[in-house]
Amino acid sequence: MPYKYLEEVATADVAFEAWGSSLEELFISAADAAMNVMVDDIETIEKEQELSFEVSNPALDMLLYNFINELIYYKDAKKLLLRVSSVKINQTDSEYMLSANAYGEVLNPEKHPLSADVKAVTLHMFSLHHTDSGWKATMILDI
Amino acid sequence: MPVPPQLKKISNNIWELPITYKPGMLVPARIYASEKLINEMDPGVFEQVTNVACLPGILKYAYCMPDGHWGYGFPIGGVAGMDVKKGVISPGGIGFDINCGMRLLTTNLTYDEVKPRLRELVDALFYKVPSGVGSTGFIKLSQSEFRDLAEQGAKWCLKKGLAWKDDLEVTEEGGCFEGADASKVSQKAIERGFDQVGTLGSGNHYCEIQVAKPENIFDERIARAYGITIPNQVAIMFHCGSRGFGHQIATDYLQVFLNVMERKYGIKVLDRELACAPFQSSEGQDYFKAMKCAANMAFANRQVILHRIREVFSTVFKRSPEDLGMDMVYDVTHNTAKIEKHLIDGVERDVLVHRKGATRAFAPGSPDIPQRYKDAGQPVIIGGSMETGSYLMAGLKTGAEAFFTTAHGSGRTMSRHHAKRMYRGQKLLADMEHRGIYVRTVTWGGLAEEAGAAYKDIDSVVEATEEAGLSKRVVRLLPIGNIKG
Repeated sequence: MPYKYLEEVATADVAFEAWGSSLEELFISAADAAMNVMVDDIETIEKEQELSFEVSNPALDMLLYNFINELIYYKDAKKLLLRVSSVKINQTDSEYMLSANAYGEVLNPEKHPLSADVKAVTLHMFSLHHTDSGWKATMILDI
Repeated sequence: MPVPPQLKKISNNIWELPITYKPGMLVPARIYASEKLINEMDPGVFEQVTNVACLPGILKYAYCMPDGHWGYGFPIGGVAGMDVKKGVISPGGIGFDINCGMRLLTTNLTYDEVKPRLRELVDALFYKVPSGVGSTGFIKLSQSEFRDLAEQGAKWCLKKGLAWKDDLEVTEEGGCFEGADASKVSQKAIERGFDQVGTLGSGNHYCEIQVAKPENIFDERIARAYGITIPNQVAIMFHCGSRGFGHQIATDYLQVFLNVMERKYGIKVLDRELACAPFQSSEGQDYFKAMKCAANMAFANRQVILHRIREVFSTVFKRSPEDLGMDMVYDVTHNTAKIEKHLIDGVERDVLVHRKGATRAFAPGSPDIPQRYKDAGQPVIIGGSMETGSYLMAGLKTGAEAFFTTAHGSGRTMSRHHAKRMYRGQKLLADMEHRGIYVRTVTWGGLAEEAGAAYKDIDSVVEATEEAGLSKRVVRLLPIGNIKG
């Protein structure tokens, strides 16, 4: 599991650290970490549907912020629990552009062991940085 | 962790950090707490409340209530009054769950009458008031109808036969923030929220059946004014907010403000979660109008839930809700910013009061509380943990010190993960049932996270507010049934 929850960081909410050998891998790890807050076992999410989405932002860390927020949007607006299968990040002169492929299914409390609902991604202690072994991010979700 | 050495004791329950505590502070910070609560205070509170003290246009003090703990930007329990002309508005001073709030209604039933039907009631409430991840409400709305609801709040519910006229009178702002404008809300926010009206949500949101025992009445006169008149009377309290709709509005405007704050308005803040804009700027006004939509959605959400609760009791007891005396006591908001009139240096002024995890508590005689509570003061509903009980309190004249604000709950002290490691949901449920509290939940882990020991001692919190003159105890309410979202 390329992520871990930080126990004593967020009293009322959930903090996690996610990592990957590349930026793309880190984004996928963070997506799973966020989904795992809502669903106790993310392996129960099957490939019933596939979709792709794009987000862009001039700042790399805010690109990650927008990316995780997109998953929260799909959970509420489309009732979709998603696993991200691939991420592509391109940089233009003015911004970073991300396109993601995801798969998943409509949430079903009978099938998916649901846990806490994620309200939002916060910017408290939010960080994304390069490490010796790749990339690492820390984020706190408001639940 | 020790409290900062600069912390000065002003009185038994008021503590102050001076403007010399950190560069940029425009006003001192004041924390309301007993000696015990201040020593146990989350250290994040001291940093965050003093960051708030740096926001442009802040008046008097940056405050934190006794149930305070660290939040995003503002601490939970944070309060700041801003100059409406020169001050800023900050989503971090309101929270992601805009107008998360509490509602309390009475019945004329006693504990003895409810006890044999308790399981049936809780099971029916669990079914009729959906909760948890991705839940949807029974009201099916088009997105355009939802926009009307967001502009009208509980008034929309009245038109649709989902409210009694009296309900609106005892809802803060009459159940509708005037000036809400759905054109300032993103399509994403609409899509996240339009099918969630009538749902509790998750986390610390709940609906609870409670009892007012005679030994727990602190002020009989005010209790009577609030409709608590029978020994062992049963009441229902619930806590929820604006769901995905409000969360998305907060997320959207946090980014809007981050983009313009420094570049356009030259404002620097110590924490990105304190992103803000001048209240009078176009961005500030747009957020204010969008925030009001979220606040109205929350009022409508609680109103629809109230309607469902009345249906459940009516079905179980085969009597009408009117006959069961299912009158609302009050509805208070926790996470909002509002323009109110307050005395600043002896002069009455319009102030933009941010309250984040804090409750407005207007005093007896205030023009902004319902006629029926003119002598008693505004009811304040303080939700405790599901194990320990809650309080009904009343606003006091001395609350003027803190823009008539008091605590909102007991405040967490233990992280969710820690609580989940310490308690097992199934065992907690069995233990609580043994003690006469019947609980239904969609998530065992979520239940364990809400264990009573994960919270501050509610009695200490309410005592601190009373001793500081912010609000007074009226009734302590004990849980007997709970639906945990």
